[in-house]
Order: sequence, then structure tokens, then C-alpha cells
Amino acid sequence: MGLAENQVSCNTVIFWCKKSKNKEAASSSIIIIHHIYYVSHGSHVRKLLFFNNWQLSFDLLESWLAKNPDVSGFKRDGKSIFRELALFQDYHGLPLFKKALVDFMAEIRGNKVTFDPNHMVLTAGATSANETLMFCVAEEGDAFLLPTPYYPGFDRDLKWRTGVEIVPIQCTSSNNFRITESALEQAYQDARKRNLRVKGVLVTNPSNPLGTTLSRNEFDLLVDFIKDKETMHLISDEIYSGTVFSSPSFVSVMEILKEMTPNDAAKIWNRVHVVYSLSKDLGLPGFRVGAIYSENDAVVAAATKMSSFGLVSSQTQYLLAAMLSDNKFTKKYISENQKRLRRRQRMLVTGLQKAGIKCLKSNAGLFCWVDMRHLLCSNTFEAEMELWKKIVYQVGLNISPGSSCHCSEPGWFRVCFANMSQDTLNVAMKRVKNFVTDSTGAECGSSSACFTKSFSNWVFRLSSRDHRAPEER
Amino acid sequence: MLSRKASKDSHGQDSSYFQGWQEYEKNPYHPIQNPMGIIQMGLAENQLSFDLLESWLRRNSNTMALKKDGVSAFKDLALFQDYHGLPAFKEALVNFMTSMRGNKIKYSSDKLVLTAGATAANEILMFCLTDPGQAFILPTPYYPGFDRDLKWRTGAEIIPMHCSSSNGFRITRCALEQAYQLGQELNLKIKGVLVTNPSNPLGTTMTKTELNHLLDFAIDKNIHIVSDEIYSGTVFDSSSTTSFTSIMEVLNERNNNNYNNIRNHVHMVYSLSKDLGLPGFRVGMIYSNNEKVIAAATKMSSFALVSSQTQFLLSNLLSDAKFIKKYMVENQRRLKRRKDMLVRGLRKAGISCLRSNAGLFCWVDMRHLLSSDSFEAEKELWKRIVCEVGLNISPGSSCHCSQPGWFRICFANISEDALHLAMHRMKAFTNSIFSVRLPIIMMRKKSF
Repeated sequence: MGLAENQVSCNTVIFWCKKSKNKEAASSSIIIIHHIYYVSHGSHVRKLLFFNNWQLSFDLLESWLAKNPDVSGFKRDGKSIFRELALFQDYHGLPLFKKALVDFMAEIRGNKVTFDPNHMVLTAGATSANETLMFCVAEEGDAFLLPTPYYPGFDRDLKWRTGVEIVPIQCTSSNNFRITESALEQAYQDARKRNLRVKGVLVTNPSNPLGTTLSRNEFDLLVDFIKDKETMHLISDEIYSGTVFSSPSFVSVMEILKEMTPNDAAKIWNRVHVVYSLSKDLGLPGFRVGAIYSENDAVVAAATKMSSFGLVSSQTQYLLAAMLSDNKFTKKYISENQKRLRRRQRMLVTGLQKAGIKCLKSNAGLFCWVDMRHLLCSNTFEAEMELWKKIVYQVGLNISPGSSCHCSEPGWFRVCFANMSQDTLNVAMKRVKNFVTDSTGAECGSSSACFTKSFSNWVFRLSSRDHRAPEER
Repeated sequence: MLSRKASKDSHGQDSSYFQGWQEYEKNPYHPIQNPMGIIQMGLAENQLSFDLLESWLRRNSNTMALKKDGVSAFKDLALFQDYHGLPAFKEALVNFMTSMRGNKIKYSSDKLVLTAGATAANEILMFCLTDPGQAFILPTPYYPGFDRDLKWRTGAEIIPMHCSSSNGFRITRCALEQAYQLGQELNLKIKGVLVTNPSNPLGTTMTKTELNHLLDFAIDKNIHIVSDEIYSGTVFDSSSTTSFTSIMEVLNERNNNNYNNIRNHVHMVYSLSKDLGLPGFRVGMIYSNNEKVIAAATKMSSFALVSSQTQFLLSNLLSDAKFIKKYMVENQRRLKRRKDMLVRGLRKAGISCLRSNAGLFCWVDMRHLLSSDSFEAEKELWKRIVCEVGLNISPGSSCHCSQPGWFRICFANISEDALHLAMHRMKAFTNSIFSVRLPIIMMRKKSF
């Protein structure tokens, strides 16, 4: 439950295979993710629930593929276009694909905004898009402000090779982790104290790990913040925009721009950039499809050249161009996927409720932001780690501790719900309930020492940044 | 408002290499629709053997439909984004490399990092091996794209090591030392040497002697070697003296303890863009014995992963050993034939080429057509060839060649008819020059 899709299983299989010197499994042509692993501690052997190969809406994609065999067969109107695709490495991207992608993005936004394919840059995933944007608008000595909690991968994606710093905008549970003016100002001052030039704010909307969409009030704050600071940018990572399953409806930063007075819009239109990907909405992280969208021609020009370092396979562009151009299909997919997400989120929330655990009220994403502060032995991050270890090894659920997302308050966890079957989710909820019942009255700290001893480093690597591949979203 | 990287032109795309492309785009040749248009001979693509690949695809339509043993692998692939790469694909790749290079070395998949093309592989290696301001030595002439790929976002520098026609542009120990010296004078820390073997734009393979010089030099200075072997499958002329030798092979021959250090300093780049002619699929890789480099490069590959859909298709293609063997042999035969056509055609126009045994291009000597021994004259000649003759070829200056008058001409990306037409045009062009300048040319030939 720790990953906002299925990735952990793949890594874990490889990892486990290496550990047990089981070369065979590691060399199978497709990583089979139906293994269930066992964690043992003394006489207790517990099945560790990892995600089997399940995703909410693959059946819809697979049925489309089955109905359109020509597309994966490199054919167009019955003729082979293999050669054309094999040679196509133009960093401007397959025009048909870009058109289909911008139309899809517009559809997700209720067609309240439209996008121009000439302002879009394709990249090998949002990981690449975010890094490329950083290279374009910032450099060593600069900082971007990010509201916490945020996706742990940003520490690598935005900072590692670019030399850019991240300064957190501390959000708290007191107002449901909304961005406030004072938090923004505080972050700005923190950056200045560290002698960093603040180049802008990056938000994920809908938020990972919160699962909430940005409110109009928050948008107003952000726009006001950057409006008159002419070197500041606003980057909106909208990778989860298609996963909004209940109200309030999704408002893209592009919509906000559109609604602004011409005067105000003129001040910031070329400093607002959107990142998107098909990894979450379509559940295709393996195909590596990301995009940068910006009205700023210089950013588009530079990012386009930089995309040479991470182009999308033409084979994939072609397949998805056909899929996304099928408007009947995309309409059905978006609405059905959202329905299933909503149902699944409710299951998780209800299940946790039965265990006396609350979630932050959310309307999007593939996860819930879960409040387990009352289960902590003390209001500390050490206690959070202790609790996390118990949940992983004792309960057998891999969830993400808030500290890994730079949350300023201990006790919050991200729990994913869209990457397992209903049955598995039910099992997980039962385990949580039992755990809470059993641990009420149990002493804190009694078993944690034992756990620390018997589990070597590899166990922590499951959650540690070092081991994580890009799937960690 | 933007970063310095985004604002300046260190992407290197203002060079004539790219300008020629632009001219071509404005007036592209088409046998029927635009027979007077510019023929594209500046694009190092291998278009000679698609029919072979297409026939394999027709026989293996299940693979394209993402099926394995009749079962859909779509779900698994769609979710597979592990930066360690699809194991079956990596296995297929190392087996392919091992057999393609004559089984002299067994490559292993845990030393391989997959990247979206060699472009990404080269940049990632630079990020791993250099800090901003540090430098790599590159023998000239070299692929113009390196100016962007190695330097742009990494902040690394390139020190050119000038090779000359006097010895067939071979790498000498002396030239290596000179380049190193230049680096010291410029106060740049040299971290390594990057070679392309077979060479782009020369089309020649490095000899064992050159490779050993390179190794000795790297051991002496305690620096890295990056060998971009992207054209290794295009060697079409392999007698015992001209076959392809990978740096890994020469490294392997030094297998006593004295060489432990250098084992960790040699890294190879490869890609399927040239040998299989699949640049659009973005398949590149880094190969190294150095665990730290592999670990770091693997994480960096997050920014440039290969689509799992593509990994699946190609793992099946490459695993068909019988097909691949047949493909490589036939492909090389066609490349040789095409190269011979170009060389003959140019000879008829009074133009000679550097003797080559690999690549998708020839390194052509047009010094005798220059109005003066200068790069201005080279640019003049180049413009005439692009605009008057209607051939987009790459001037040596765009490849940082130290001598004016050399050009790279590609032969594997156009039809045979287009090549014949190009040669015909070339002959007409040189005829027109010679008929005017014959006495002058006779004199110039004497003075060289």
C-alpha cells in the first residue's frame, strides 16, 4: 500500500531474488508480481502484502487494445508504418500524439481550457519533465518552495543533477494542510536566510500525498505571491488531474490563468508551467509518457532540446495517439475510472474508520492521507518510525510514513488503495482493525527493539529513498 | 527569468550540422514530387534493412500485441518502470552484444544500465564522472551532438585532441599528451577520454594499437575512458586487420592485478539506433565494471527510462538468435555495397574518401575543391553543395576537424536511386569546377 501503483512489487521481486540467489525468477521475461512474501520474526510468520499485479481500470485499456490490433501492430489503414516509427526521433514529438494528448488533457479539465500542442514538450515521464523544467528555470544557488507534505521523489528529481534547492512551505493539520500566506512567507524568508534565490513555487495538484485538490483560495495566494516577483515561476504538477473522483472538481492552474483579468494574466502567463503524465490517469508508468506545458516560448524551446535526453519511444507515442484520439473511449475511461476510484477510496476510508482511524477528507489521487497520531507512543518522528515498522512487519502492510514526505507533524501516513484487488483491500482492513484492537493497552517500545535487531538494512530500503525507483509515487 | 543553461546557446544547435538539416527541411528531395530538391546525406541513419525487421514482425505479431505465450503482458508492462530494466531485455542485449562481437567477451546484464538512447547514456556518464568545469578529451573530428550531450547541462568541458589526415586521423600517444597538456594550460581537470569506435564521422574502427595507447594513457594519468560503440554493428569490412575490437576486449587482455584500477575506469556506451536502425525507439545503454558508476547511472536513468512496451518487443526480437545473426550479416553486406557505391561515385567525380570499414557515412576529402585552405572556403563550398548541387552533407568544421575541406557524407539513409542521382550531381558539379579551374587545381595538388 506504499506505492501509488504497482512498482514496489517489481523491485521487491528482483530484490528478493537477489537475496535468495534465485536467479531464475529474476530473469523471467516479465516480472511476475503474484508472489506473496513472508516476513518472519521468531515464530511469527506473516504474509507481507505487496501489490499483486492489479490496477483499477486495466480491463478498459486491454479491451481497447484487443479491438484495435492494428495499432500495436505498427499499422495505419492496413499499411505498415514500422519504418516511419522506427526512424522517428524528432524531439518535437509525433504530431498526432501531441494533439491527442492536449485534447485528453482538456477533456480531463471539463474542456474549460484548451491546450496548444506547440506549447507542449514530451518527456520520458513526469520525472524527466520536472527535472527538465528545473534545468530551464533555475540553477545552483536557486530554490523552489514546495508545500509539505510532498512526494519524496522530488528531492531527487528537482535537486540532484540540477543543484537547485527545495525549501518547504510547512503545512499543518490545523487547517487540513492548506497553503497559508504566512507559511509561504515563512518559506520565502527561510530561503533568503540560506542565501538562496527563490525562483518559484512547485505544487502538485491534486496533491500527493494528501489526495486533495488546491482550493481557489490557495491559488489566489500563489498567484499573489509570484505576481510581482518577475523572476518567480509557478509549476503545477498535475499528474493526478484525471483521478479527481468527487467534489470539489479539479481546477487547473491554466483555468485560473484564463479567469484572470488581462492585466493580471499578462504579469504571469509566461511564468506558469504545467507538468503532466499518463502514469497515473491511464496507469501506464512503464510507457514513460510525460509532458511539460508552457506558454513561455523560451521555456518550450529549451525544454524541447533538453527532451533529447529523455524522448518518448515512437512506438509508444503511436499506440497512445490512437488510444487517446478515440474520444468515445477516453470519455468512458475517465468517467469509469473515477467511479472506481471513488468506490475504492470509500472502502479504504470506511475500513480505517472501523479501526478507529481517520483520513484527511480527499477527493482525488490513488491514496489517502491517514491520521494515526493517536497510535503513536509519543508525538515524535521516532515514534512514527516505530509505528511504521510495526505496521510493515507485524501487520504486514507497506505504507509510507509522513516523514518520508517531509510532513512537519508525526503520525500521518500515506495509504494507497488503487493498486490491489478488493479482496486484498478487505484483508488489509481486517489486519489494521486487529492490530489496533490488539495494541490498545500494549506497551510502547516493547517489541520495537526486537524488530530492529532481526531486520537488516534491506527491510528499510523498501522505504528508503536510495532503493526507490521512479515508481515510488 | 530563465536559467543560464536555457538562455544561452550552449546546446550547440546553431552549428552548421543542424543548419544543413534546416535547409533540407525547406526543400526536401522526393523522386516524384520534388526531384530537384535537396538530397539528405547528412543523416546517419540505417534504413537499409527494414524489410528484414518487418518480416520478423509479421511472423511475430503476438509480440507487437504485447502477448507472450498467448497471454497478454500488457498489464505487467504498463506498470513496469523499474530502472533496473526488463531482465529478459537486458539478457537479450548482452547475449546480442556478446555474439555480435565474436564471443570474445561475455557481457553480463548486471553491468548494464538502460537509457533512452545513447544521447541520454553519454550525458548520464558525464554526470557520473565529472563535476562542472572538469573536462574530457575527445579526438577530432567528432560527432557534433557531443557538444550538447556532454557539456550542456553537465557543465563539463571538451578538450579536442586534433587528429590529422597525415596518418589517417589515427589517435597517437603524442596527440593524447598534447591534449592533456592543453587541459592543464586551461586549468581544467581532465577526467577522461571519450572515443567513438567505430568513429563518427570517420567510419573507421580503432586498431588494437590505438586502443592500447588509449589504455596506457588512461592508466598513466589515472583517468576514465568512455567508448561510444554505437556503430559497432555496422562494421562491414572485417578482415583480421580491420575487424572491430571493443575497448572491453583490450581491457580484458590486461588481466593481472596491476590493472585493477583501470578496470573501474573503462565504460562503454551502446545503442540500437544505428545497428538495428531504430532511433525512434530510444534504446541506449551504459556498460561498466564499476559498481559505483552502475549504481549512480541506474538511478539517473530514472530521467530517461526505455518504454517497457519497447523493451518487450526488442527483447523478443533480439532473443531470436537465428534471425539476428542473419540480420547482422545481411545488414553489413548491404552497408558495404552501399558504401562502395558512394566511394565509386565520388571517385568518378574526382573525389577520394578516407578508407573506411564501418559506419553509415564516408569521410570525404574535398580539400582540392576549396578556393583556399581555410574554413571560410569550406563553408563557401558547403553552401554551394547544399544549395546549388542539392546535397545536404556535413562540413568537417561542424565536427571540429582541424583541417578544412573534409566532409561527412551519409549513404545508408537514402534509396539507391537517390544515391545515384547524388553522385551524378556531384560529378556535374566537379566537372564544372574543373573545367574552369583545371590549371589552378593542378598547381594546388603539387603544393600539398
